[in-house]
Amino acid sequence: MKKSVFLGALTVAGLTAGAAAAATLDDVKARGTLNCGVTTGLVGFAAPDNNGNWDGFDVGVCRAVAAAVLGDPQAVEFVPTTGKTRFTALASGEIDMLARNTTWTFSRDVDLKFEFVGVNYYDGQGFMVPKELGVSSAKDLDGATVCIQTGTTTELNLADYFRKNSMNYEPVPIETNAEAQQQYLAGACDVYTTDASGLAATRAAFENPSEHVLLPEIVSKEPLGPLVRHGDNEWGDVVRWTLNALIAAEELGVTSANIADMASAAGDSPEINRLLGTEGNLGEMLGLEADWAVKAISAGGNYGELFEKNIGETTPIGLARGLNAQWTDGGLLYSPPFR
Amino acid sequence: MTIMTDPQQESFRPSMLLNDTRYRSYTFQFIALMVLIGIIAYLGYNLVLNLRAAGLNISYEFLGEPAGYDINQTLVEYTSRSSHLTAAIVGILNTLLVAFLACATATIFGVIAGVLRLSNNWLIRKLMSGYVEAFRNVPVLIWIIIIFTIMTAVLPAPSAFRGDDPDASMILGSVAFTNRGVYVPMPIWGEGSMVVVVTFILSVIGVFAYRRYAKKLLYATGRLLPTGWPSLAILFVPSILMFFVMGQPISLDFPELGGFNFRGGLQIGAPLIALWFALSIYTGAFIAENVRAGILAVSKGQTEAAASLGLRPRRIMNLVILPQALRVIIPPLISQYLNITKNSSLAIAVGYADITATLGGITLNQTGRAIECVLLLMLFYLLISLGISAVMNVYNNAVRLKER
Amino acid sequence: MSDTHAESVAYVRDTMLPESPPPAAETGVTKWMKKNLFATIPNSVLTLAAILVIYFLLAATLPWILNGIWNATSIRECREILDGATGGCFAVLSDRWNQLLFGFKYPSTEYWRPALAFLLLFVAAAPVMFFKYLPRQMLLFTGVYPFLAFWLIWGGSIVPPLLLLLGFVAAYVAFKALEKRGFGVAVLGGLGVLVVAIILAGSIGKIEVLRLEQVQSRDMGGFLLNMILGTVCVSLSIPIGIALALGRQSDMPIIKWICVVFIEFIRGVPLITLLFVANVVLAYFLPPGTTFDLIVRVIIMITAFASAYIAEVIRGGLAALPRGQYEAADSLGLDYAQAMRLIILPQALKISIPGIVNVAVGLFKDTTLVSVISMFDLVGMIRGPILASTDWNGVYWELFGFAALLFFVVCYGVSQYSQWLERELNTDHR
Repeated sequence: MKKSVFLGALTVAGLTAGAAAAATLDDVKARGTLNCGVTTGLVGFAAPDNNGNWDGFDVGVCRAVAAAVLGDPQAVEFVPTTGKTRFTALASGEIDMLARNTTWTFSRDVDLKFEFVGVNYYDGQGFMVPKELGVSSAKDLDGATVCIQTGTTTELNLADYFRKNSMNYEPVPIETNAEAQQQYLAGACDVYTTDASGLAATRAAFENPSEHVLLPEIVSKEPLGPLVRHGDNEWGDVVRWTLNALIAAEELGVTSANIADMASAAGDSPEINRLLGTEGNLGEMLGLEADWAVKAISAGGNYGELFEKNIGETTPIGLARGLNAQWTDGGLLYSPPFR
Repeated sequence: MTIMTDPQQESFRPSMLLNDTRYRSYTFQFIALMVLIGIIAYLGYNLVLNLRAAGLNISYEFLGEPAGYDINQTLVEYTSRSSHLTAAIVGILNTLLVAFLACATATIFGVIAGVLRLSNNWLIRKLMSGYVEAFRNVPVLIWIIIIFTIMTAVLPAPSAFRGDDPDASMILGSVAFTNRGVYVPMPIWGEGSMVVVVTFILSVIGVFAYRRYAKKLLYATGRLLPTGWPSLAILFVPSILMFFVMGQPISLDFPELGGFNFRGGLQIGAPLIALWFALSIYTGAFIAENVRAGILAVSKGQTEAAASLGLRPRRIMNLVILPQALRVIIPPLISQYLNITKNSSLAIAVGYADITATLGGITLNQTGRAIECVLLLMLFYLLISLGISAVMNVYNNAVRLKER
Repeated sequence: MSDTHAESVAYVRDTMLPESPPPAAETGVTKWMKKNLFATIPNSVLTLAAILVIYFLLAATLPWILNGIWNATSIRECREILDGATGGCFAVLSDRWNQLLFGFKYPSTEYWRPALAFLLLFVAAAPVMFFKYLPRQMLLFTGVYPFLAFWLIWGGSIVPPLLLLLGFVAAYVAFKALEKRGFGVAVLGGLGVLVVAIILAGSIGKIEVLRLEQVQSRDMGGFLLNMILGTVCVSLSIPIGIALALGRQSDMPIIKWICVVFIEFIRGVPLITLLFVANVVLAYFLPPGTTFDLIVRVIIMITAFASAYIAEVIRGGLAALPRGQYEAADSLGLDYAQAMRLIILPQALKISIPGIVNVAVGLFKDTTLVSVISMFDLVGMIRGPILASTDWNGVYWELFGFAALLFFVVCYGVSQYSQWLERELNTDHR
């Protein structure tokens, strides 16, 4: 009876879905939208707002890539993925890139055949406990019940850490952040552990954030970054250098406010000129327009602006730059030169 | 359909493949087989192409590698250094555990609710139909989440048991209901405890033997032996005697508050309880309907005939109605058990480490071996349900009315 | 004897005594209560226990519901207004109403389209559901409805669905025309016409007539997604289920075994593993370079799932038919297709309808499982974007209670209908 709906859906799917084959850049251009995999909702990194617009730090990267490739930061189709589905979605070509606070690990890079194009957030796994527990160090957590969000590297780090310190614990694996939060607040677990940024974001949403403390120990390295499929280096380059452009723009003092001026004519700084396409042909080398970086940066601002707007200290999440400051400020952000 | 065979021998013509009923079925089967093989080959070819393009392969070696994650409720020895295979086995046992527990309690809920729905008490009848409708018409996933949320929100946290004037206290000093689970005393099997256990098992057999004997006597002579008290006595008295004779070899380890949690005792985790309870109360509603239908299926004449023979209501139920109703109730009951087993895969919604959460969840995430994990997962469930179906067929054959 | 009567005449009343009212314990409410609530002592205990249970349930929920807040923009505001009192924060429902119903991606100006499609669903379903009471002509609308609903919900030009509809009509006409030359030929002919129509629809479907804003399938969400998955999968699975059931009953061993293996395999695994297949495995089995939308993959898997269950229901119906019906059909000289179409299936389907409705209700409930694979259906919306947002973080009962209520209303309605239908169809003499 409803065969037509099905067939119709098939046609629609056929029209919208792109090919997973090598030339992702051409596919994205032909399709006119970028399919970007994000989380199902983590405030600050990627979450739909009241009106269904995606917003967040990872979303900012997607929009920058869409702006660089298609000239329109809105031309992104956000595909929500869970920890389980994200890699298949990328491998099967359902999404063109994954910007879902995904940790860069050896096995993901080598065994699962993905290419991490860089790091957009240096994170580490932390612990949050209620203040009344009187715990000041993760070393005191022997015997605690720990809430973990599943589908991440978190479980492994946690197991390693407690094993290393010969402590016992009781894991409570939870599927979504919201549910983990509810468990934690109800006292069903003593500790909530996930990436420190996630903890900060979670705590920000609490009724009384001050009643909870983040423990000083960071038990793992979690370089989070966007990734693409192995084997399509042109597309990998586009994403990698879009990310680098955002980072370099901050280092060079290019912001969304002054970029229009700077891009209108070649200025004094050759590197800015090359970045903004007023000199050289970097865009052409990538297979993009000359002003690709201008569009990418205008989409949501440079790295620093994106950070401040979504997760910075003025937002409820209130993350300090820390490791994510420019190398010139003592951080780890270090974009290779544009030349 | 019976195929009419034509005695007249005709020479074979190709058109007969389609027009002659003798050959048409071969044509159809051949086409179906070809189509099937074609589809399988096509899918397999695509799989090979896709895997080659992604540089992946199908391999089950990951099962031998250390899993690296911990599981909170395990029935067998398991640490984070154990292999993925062990994690999968832990998951399988956990699935079977929750399925078994839920089947037992769902049956109890269902029988009680089903019988009470036929009660002549109006309020009880309405209350029970309210229960049945409420649970039958709302997705089990929503119920699991709601019950888990209720558990964590309503029950006290272990910290509420702390302090001089705690908000919560243990029942009889030995059982603690917390939102992390229920802590109960754990028996410690000392020396000689096996004797007590064996005695108990023998008592159980004894009870059955006694009941059998009583029934035989009833049928043979019409003499009615009491079954209630003697059964209880047979069940417990020898074991208790043996317990004291052996010098109380079984002691209890009571849970005590220590550190963050209760220590000692036996912990039944909150996810297990939530899933167990949700599955049993949800499926109980379906079983109640089966039970009701089964009892209603026994015609009223049977009750009246039994009553006219002078049987009392309880005996009418036990000797006349139930044996007949069970024949109607058991087949759907077994398929409800099958449903419980399959619905237990929703454990991931509450963080219970069943097979879907270990093999199909964390292992899949960590190794990225989606095809292998999902295949193993389906294989496991398939074996379970084929097993249950086999039991069902055996039962159906056993209870089939012989005279028909 | 007559004189004794004469003697006692003085004592004979010549007027009837007015009927005295029955004793107070045997009338009205008291009698009813005595009979229905307090007949025996155990019964009274049960009644008291039931009253206690109801009291506790109401005591726990009533203040919370009555004291609920309907106007607030975030949970913090709710807490401020409540100021420690018990009360639900139902403001989340009014704030996220549209998201709960339509998902967060459906264009807000176009909400009327799915709403209209939903209303029309009743009009379309009515002639099927109440076939005895409504004119046959209304079935025409039922036939048109899928195409109309597709156009309304997905949008785009009306031409492709219209062409498809015409294609189906043409296929039917072709089928009727060829029917005399045999059922198989007619089916093939009809299918041929249909394929031509689909190709035509695909190629000249770009003509823009009555264009509605196009909505991608992945933008569907909320209860709308549950409804779409439920109705589409059930409608698709009925014909497939019939085919599977007939296949399983077939004399041809290969076809029989294909059907048996398919049905038992699907029925043996939980829906969630099939959804995992749709989500993480199916992509590997498609030709390189093609990807389906997740929703299409999910529809495929749920349809397969529902088909297996419906096939078993229909097999039950086929088995319940007396053997004589098959033999009668054979003795009339009908071939297999005719016998099935004219004699066996109409009766078997009639017997199976309640079972099919049960499967449909179960399936509709199971569509919530898609939330586990990151689709934003009603439950997915709640567990995902709404609970993750800073505004509504921590509102559980209101949201899940609402979801439960919504499902309850739909499923209860359908199951009541099914019971009514069962009584209606009960034409045997039991």
